[in-house]
Amino acid sequence: MIETEFAVVGAGPAGLSAALEAGRAGVQTMLMDENQAPGGQLVKQIHKFFGSKEHWAGMRGRDIGDKLLEQVKKAGVKVMLDTVVWGIFDEGKVLGIKEGDRNRQIRAQKILLATGASENPLAFRGWTLPGVLGAGAAQTLVNLHRVLPGTRVLMVGAGNVGLIVAYQLLQAGAHVLAVVEALPTIGGYGVHASKIRRMGVPILTGHTVKEASGNAKVERAMVVRVDDRGHPVPGTEKKFEVDTICIAVGLHPLAELAWICGCQFAYISELGGHVPVHTENMETTVPGVYVAGDAAGIEEATVAMEEGRLTGVDVAHCLGYISGGKAQRLRAEIQTRIQLIRTGPFGEALKGAKEKLIERKG
Amino acid sequence: MRESLSKTGVLTKEDLAQSPGVPSEERMERGPVVYIECMEEIPCDPCQYVCPKDAITVGEQIIDLPVLDEVKCDGCGICIPICPGLAIFVVDKSYSNEEALVGLPYEMLPLPKAGMKVHGVDREGKIVCEARIVKVLNPKKFDRTAVIYLAVPRNLALDVRHFTFPEEEE
Repeated sequence: MIETEFAVVGAGPAGLSAALEAGRAGVQTMLMDENQAPGGQLVKQIHKFFGSKEHWAGMRGRDIGDKLLEQVKKAGVKVMLDTVVWGIFDEGKVLGIKEGDRNRQIRAQKILLATGASENPLAFRGWTLPGVLGAGAAQTLVNLHRVLPGTRVLMVGAGNVGLIVAYQLLQAGAHVLAVVEALPTIGGYGVHASKIRRMGVPILTGHTVKEASGNAKVERAMVVRVDDRGHPVPGTEKKFEVDTICIAVGLHPLAELAWICGCQFAYISELGGHVPVHTENMETTVPGVYVAGDAAGIEEATVAMEEGRLTGVDVAHCLGYISGGKAQRLRAEIQTRIQLIRTGPFGEALKGAKEKLIERKG
Repeated sequence: MRESLSKTGVLTKEDLAQSPGVPSEERMERGPVVYIECMEEIPCDPCQYVCPKDAITVGEQIIDLPVLDEVKCDGCGICIPICPGLAIFVVDKSYSNEEALVGLPYEMLPLPKAGMKVHGVDREGKIVCEARIVKVLNPKKFDRTAVIYLAVPRNLALDVRHFTFPEEEE
């Protein structure tokens, strides 16, 4: 049995930020990730990030990941890669891990589950044909492995993921024939939409994919207009000759470990579905177990970083590494920055959703 | 939020006329100045810190829209590559009697070369004119967002926001 003060599961923006904050304060911290490279989804975010100076706005996501990792290592955090956390026991005090080929257990005083999110699927006729894939998967192929999933793409979903991945597929040399969005409006940032519009990609709001067809792989997609109740309008079908259909219809929290250890969940659609109930300091209903980032509700990477910091501060305070006064000051700074992000047409709904979640805890 | 933007992804000229980030007609006639097409309240503010002339203000609330001070702005364009939305351009209507200069962010390969003839493309992806590459800036500090200056017909200075290579069109 390995013993540590603080174990962080997931080395994405939330996990890295939590480990950094705690490690800096002197907390003995272990950060583990099932992948061979840390950074979570940051490693394939080749676009420049929004936000403020504190979030390194204007820097590309993958460079932010590198910067965070460098700081984490400097803070004395033990980083364990290729390490799968497969179980959580003893009321959230012990993790079962597979490190390379070895099974081991870690006993920690505090545990953060920063396990991120998973893409939502979309079922339609032909959706199991090769060539239909998640937009995140396409992004991994193109930006990490430098392989095009296909050359003629239909993107389904005009949220930020759909718009950004469409742009990155164009950068990689693919043709994006259209982005379709079942809702009457584009869900992502207008600037992301404008970028692909001027490159000649139509965005068809109020449309969805009805069918994919082809001989053993995708050869064409049928797109159809939907009415305001989301029902297909007969006679409005349009055919697109494509070899790839990317699905970008949202994410949901990946929080199996929180389910396993008995955390209370709430269903909040704005945050992606079932979300572990947590305090303002990111602690779940199981004492000593925290959640942060997309696992605590789908939001931007900037919020994930701030939630990670909140966790790190609370852990450092609870374990006696920083005073109550200092913790209070740091929390106030972080909360101020989170509130600045959670305003405006995109942030207000999320703010309300998070407040609902935190109230439930009381 | 602008209705056109959220429906089509394209800002109209009527929308842009109300943007606090666009300069006056007279200012564009006098020389290079930035033209900021950021009209949606999203949390972002690096443009206000990168400007050496303090000509862009977002303020404390980072979701507020950038406000351009057209007197302070000298059109240097250093804010173009820092904008994660690729929403900042430079317009110079003093370039010549027939042509205006448009500076735009560009993240595609290959980069064009000065002197090349290209097609000027508008916000909807439509070819609207012949254009000429005047300058290609891609220093390390731009972090792989190149800034391309195009000479376009004067009357299209507020339309051309992208370009294509003639030989690559389908």
